Amino acid sequence: MIRFDTKALAAAAFALALAGGSALAQETAEQPKPPRESWSFGGTFGTYDKAQLQRGFQVYKEVCSNCHALSIPFRTLGQPGGPQFSEDQVKALAASYQVTNEEPNDKGEIFKRPGTPADIIPRPEAYPNDQAAAAAFGKAPPDMNLLAKARKWERGFPWFVFDALPGLQYQEMGADYIHAIVTGYTHPDDPQWNLYYPGHKIAMPQPITDGAVEYTDGTPKTVDSYSRDVAAFLSWAAEPNLNERRRIGLGAMIFLFVLAGLLYATKKKVWESAH
Amino acid sequence: MSGPSTFVPKSAIGRWFESRLPIMGLVHSSFIAFPVPRNLNYMWTFGAILAFMLIAQIITGVVLAMHYVPSATTAFQSISHIMRDVNYGWLMRYMHTNGASLFFLACYIHIFRGLYYGSFKPPRELLWIIGVIIYFLMAATAFLGYVLPWGAMSFAGATVITNLVTAIPFVGTGIAHWLWGGFAVGGPTVNRFFSLHYLLPFIIAAFVGLHVWALHVTGQNNPDGVEVQNVDRDTVPFTPYATMKDIFAVSVWLILYAWLIFFIPNYLLDADNYNIANPLVTPAHVVPEWYLLPFYAILRAIPNKLMGVVALFASIAILAFVPWLDRNPVKSAKYRPAFRFFFWVFVVICVLLGWIGSQEPGDAMTLVARILTVGYFGFFLVIMPILSFAEKTRPIPASIADAVLAKKPVPAE
Repeated sequence: MIRFDTKALAAAAFALALAGGSALAQETAEQPKPPRESWSFGGTFGTYDKAQLQRGFQVYKEVCSNCHALSIPFRTLGQPGGPQFSEDQVKALAASYQVTNEEPNDKGEIFKRPGTPADIIPRPEAYPNDQAAAAAFGKAPPDMNLLAKARKWERGFPWFVFDALPGLQYQEMGADYIHAIVTGYTHPDDPQWNLYYPGHKIAMPQPITDGAVEYTDGTPKTVDSYSRDVAAFLSWAAEPNLNERRRIGLGAMIFLFVLAGLLYATKKKVWESAH
Repeated sequence: MSGPSTFVPKSAIGRWFESRLPIMGLVHSSFIAFPVPRNLNYMWTFGAILAFMLIAQIITGVVLAMHYVPSATTAFQSISHIMRDVNYGWLMRYMHTNGASLFFLACYIHIFRGLYYGSFKPPRELLWIIGVIIYFLMAATAFLGYVLPWGAMSFAGATVITNLVTAIPFVGTGIAHWLWGGFAVGGPTVNRFFSLHYLLPFIIAAFVGLHVWALHVTGQNNPDGVEVQNVDRDTVPFTPYATMKDIFAVSVWLILYAWLIFFIPNYLLDADNYNIANPLVTPAHVVPEWYLLPFYAILRAIPNKLMGVVALFASIAILAFVPWLDRNPVKSAKYRPAFRFFFWVFVVICVLLGWIGSQEPGDAMTLVARILTVGYFGFFLVIMPILSFAEKTRPIPASIADAVLAKKPVPAE
């Protein structure tokens, strides 16, 4: 009689899956994946670095915002867990923008007024809508409010399994992607050639060069630190509740482990009499 | 096992109430006195886990519906609003999206457990079929819900799945237009999907009621697959035994749930769904959520569109016929070595189909998908009928009590 060996079957299936995974990895070797960087908000309990987010906002405001919208309210820039500018700074910042009022005035005219903290950051003035931006670049620059969560790439087996495990988890792909793209202009003769962009031809010409933004806190004025700071800032913009989420999560975990332990002890006690 | 309740309330008010509406007696007989086989393992806690997940999904869903605005121009922004501006909106939404995944994970464990231990066999055929209906409703609800955030993958998914009906000869296109409320997936579609997504969970809850009712008529199956013969020797009362075990299992499940919600909330979500739906831009790689991937692989494995749709629905519907495909009188795979082997082959086939469903289609992939699809249906249509008669099973224990005692180590002198 044939012996049905479940363990051998499981081993064979695992080997098959592993082979499939590595075959896939070889196939895509020509298109490098964004390298995994170290982030203050990475890992299990990482949090945003307020100073880095403020620098990142500066980069966004002086460079990215010329083409990219960032549809978040001004007030969120003052919230805890974010760049946390002071109330006055947020007010002054909002007032420096001209915002189109939602309702027309009493003459029926649409009008512009200085922004308030409750307003959404307006679109870049040069491109009143996506069509205008697409006409200039061939493709509309995406709104950056969710950009850091909207970019992932195939990790392949078995890495996608590890990405879910405590201590190994990988939730910063968006930041790595943004950092890789901004630093990926490696052909000086072609400003639209990007090492990490799928197919290498990117609509966005090299957006930033060394020294383009004046940092005041002594951080090196290099493309590498600009890209790290703006990637961190955009990660916050996409996931503004990360600090709070992890803090609550830690409490929830401690509570649940204690609860499960107590319940297990109770269950054991109850079942003792049944056997 | 069932019949008129012998429950007599202690208080006079309770007795007055009970003689007019015996709801306390129902609760008492269903969740307190109900006899539970004493040999159940932790695989039998998934019923309670699923009940918890259904309630969690309904509660978080009702809260999300208070802030969600279903239309093509507002849906995506209203999710952003929930995530950014609503107090603990991010928590509700992450609970709901990751809850769907854990609901399916628990459901798959529950279904595979039923297959492994023969829980579909007489007298539990109807109980099983009601379960298959619940699973089908869950898949429909999940699909409808996935469209609501109105991201790029929502739009692509809605387009792919609703286009399946166009495979129906003559009337297919007309039905598709009727489903869409227009000539393509658009604002009217998201509005009606929201309505249905809110409706279906309550229909699921009604079927869960039937599922529990049917369960409490036949009693639970158990790892040894022998029916209860002596209630005193073979069973323990539901409370405190099963209640405590279920609550403990739910607390462990909550740890997994909390890990997903608080630490890797976007692990299972498709990044493309954080881009707003745009009819002119289709994602490079359209994939459903992980829990529907095996069926997607089966759909794509069939070259003919209509036959692909038929195979897709058949792959779920075939579960309803399992009680008549597997007629081996021995229920539990514990005593069926050949069935046990093929069961695990089947599990591997399902996992591999899921992996293929997530990959770009190619010639090699399609070939493997076809072989696995044949394997998927072969398990039900060939292996199950053959093993019904041809398998040499091991001797089953005379009773549940015997099975429990056999496992117990003899105390050392």
